[in-house]
Amino acid sequence: MEITVRSLWTMIHGMGFGALYLMACSGALVELYRRYYSHSDAPVTTRDESFLSIYLAVMAVLAWLAVLTGAYVIYPWYRAAPPPGTASLAAFPQRLLQSSPSTSAWHSIGMEWKEHVAWLAPISITMAAVVVYQYGRNLRLHPQLRNAVLGFVWISLLAAGIAGFFGAMLNKNAPVEGGTTIHLIEGGQ
Amino acid sequence: MSARSTSVTADVKLIPNGAGAAAVLAAGIGSFLVAVFAILADKVAAIKSLMNFYTPTGPLSGVTTCAILGWLAAWALLHWRWSWRNVEVGRVTAAAFILLFLGLLLTFPPLADLF
Repeated sequence: MEITVRSLWTMIHGMGFGALYLMACSGALVELYRRYYSHSDAPVTTRDESFLSIYLAVMAVLAWLAVLTGAYVIYPWYRAAPPPGTASLAAFPQRLLQSSPSTSAWHSIGMEWKEHVAWLAPISITMAAVVVYQYGRNLRLHPQLRNAVLGFVWISLLAAGIAGFFGAMLNKNAPVEGGTTIHLIEGGQ
Repeated sequence: MSARSTSVTADVKLIPNGAGAAAVLAAGIGSFLVAVFAILADKVAAIKSLMNFYTPTGPLSGVTTCAILGWLAAWALLHWRWSWRNVEVGRVTAAAFILLFLGLLLTFPPLADLF
């Protein structure tokens, strides 16, 4: 069993940072609803307050790691131009997709949207983390601000979902492969 | 209940909404800027070339760097102006959501290609 360095980075980007971020989004939404939209008058504790602040800060770190590894580690491999006379486009995913009418839209719509819309997630969640940190329990007294935080978290989930969906489909149709091969486990005969 | 998890709702002191409104509006501006710079880099060859901050990543590097710098600059400016006062947060958040939705829609290639 082996994996290439490029596949490993794609996995770290997509499953390590991206998928974890998507899962964390649902937790953040539940926590925001439970805390600020519950009919219960249960008091917000300092422990509750710092939990949500730290949770959102970790999400912001995940979102930034996802877009930065995507743009500066994986995307250069994806868009690399093949040298003239290259027979196989397997190591050049963008050109491979563009070489057939049945796959070219995965690049022209999928990647073109993904590479830009993904950045809305870290921007939105960073704002949410900062506002929750700044206001904490005070957010109960600012309904419009907390609605804005909730709305931006929803949009960050949507943006990350779009990026995640197209990332998975792009990697299915034209995987980013190559680089050093890492042998994980020796197979049997 | 432990001393660390003491109830704090009762003694809340109202913080002005300006700092939060600044963060929300700046996030809307940042999201919109991602779409604006992406469209400009796609449509204008000179801007596309200017946005090529890091060759392996291509114009995406400049598009996102400029959008992030614009977002942070807008945030700093709005925070400086609003942080210690109350603003009309309803109008501010409405503007932020419009910018956010425009950012979301205008990054969609078939819509961006209309320009």
